[in-house]
This record gives sequence, structure tokens and C-alpha cells, in this order.
Amino acid sequence: MKDAIRISCNRHNLKVVRDFVSAYLAAYRLSDLQLNQIILAVDEVVANLIIHANHEDESQFLDLRMGMDNQVFEIEIEDDSKSSYQPSLYKEPDLQEHIRIGKKGGVGMTLVNRIMDRVEFTTTGTHNVCRLYKRIV
Amino acid sequence: MKINQQTTEDTLTLSLDGELDASSSVLLDTELTKPEVLDYKKVLVDCQRLNYISSAGLGVFISHLQRFQDANVKLIFFNMQEKVHNVFEILGLDALMTIVPSEAEATAL
Repeated sequence: MKDAIRISCNRHNLKVVRDFVSAYLAAYRLSDLQLNQIILAVDEVVANLIIHANHEDESQFLDLRMGMDNQVFEIEIEDDSKSSYQPSLYKEPDLQEHIRIGKKGGVGMTLVNRIMDRVEFTTTGTHNVCRLYKRIV
Repeated sequence: MKINQQTTEDTLTLSLDGELDASSSVLLDTELTKPEVLDYKKVLVDCQRLNYISSAGLGVFISHLQRFQDANVKLIFFNMQEKVHNVFEILGLDALMTIVPSEAEATAL
């Protein structure tokens, strides 16, 4: 099973990534709910990197690499955007306030943080790596 | 993502077919932004064929909810698959939006 993929920063590639993660995890016979949650968490990070970090610049690429270690799913998502995500700035959203002001965004990382067991962001120069971990059941 | 529409005198039913992500949610946002949507008393969203939703899709509904409420238009979801309902639950949106099991229940509200 192929466990690595490179995509250009076009939001149409979100479907490519979801299918890639789904195909990789098919061998592990996860429940529909857990499979969907992991795909969603990856989709959210990739969407943020494509749209916000790389501004949908198709000359830029994301590299994704997946693995399974002792029943823990791991995925690394790498890019070279100048703007890197700062987890320390994360705030839990107030959804009632989002509804009141009609806010469209701002809940993607909440989904990622609530779904995955561990979420890491590291930056070396302009090279950014996001690592997500989830124990599968 | 395909969006099929059916209307009666006071109800607009949107049937979502496919995956609602950061790419396809633009289409849904365009439909919900149309001023004539507020002419109905209810907007029912049939989720039977909605196979996936990300934060971008949820964000479209979140961003229109207050506008609907201010215009006394009810937004009601029905026929939602468990894995899609689970995404609403993770954020607590199931408590802030009206989600019912069937079209009959949606129509009766």
C-alpha cells in the first residue's frame, strides 16, 4: 500500500487526500465513525495549509506520509510556506458567538484537536511539519 | 457535490448529494445566500446522500443561521448519516441546530 503522496496547493486536491487516507486505512477495518474522523482531521490540516498557509499557490506542494506503529496511526504533512501555524495562539471557539456574527471559519483546528490523540507542529527555517497521531480501535 | 431543490409554498428543501468540503461548500454558500431563500418559512436540508462534511461545510450553516433566525426561517436537517451527525456532535453543533431523523418530523416542525 502506497503510504506517501505529494499534492499541489489546490483545494480540489482535498478529495485526493481523503481518498488516499481512506485507501491506506482500509486494511485496518476501522468503524465508519473512526475512519471518517481521521480523514476529517487530515482534511482540516491540509485545507488550512492549502488555503491559509500557501494561499492556493499551485506551484507549492504538500508532502504527506502515513504509517501505523503499534496500533497508532501517524501522518506527517510537510510544506515550505513562510507562515507557519502557531498552536500556542489556539483558542477554543465560542460557537454561539460564531452564529451571532455569522462567522464561517475558525472551527477546523477544534475538530483536529478533539479527534486526534496528539497534534504537533514544528518549523525549521521555512520547513513546516504537522504530525497527527491516533490510536485505532 | 450536487444540490437538488424542491419547493412548496412555504418550504424549500435542499437535497445534498456528495461531499461538503472546503472546495464544494462554496456552491452551498451561494445557494443559501440568495435573498429568495428568506421568503420561505422553512429550509429543510435532506442529508441522506451527504457522505462527508468538513468545517468548511459546517461553517456555511453556522454563518447563515442567525440570518435565518432573524427572518423567522427555520433551518432543519433530516436523514443525516451517523458519521456526518458525529461531526456536528464533536463541536456541539447538534445542540445549536435542529436535526431530526426523518422528513416527516422535519415537515411537522
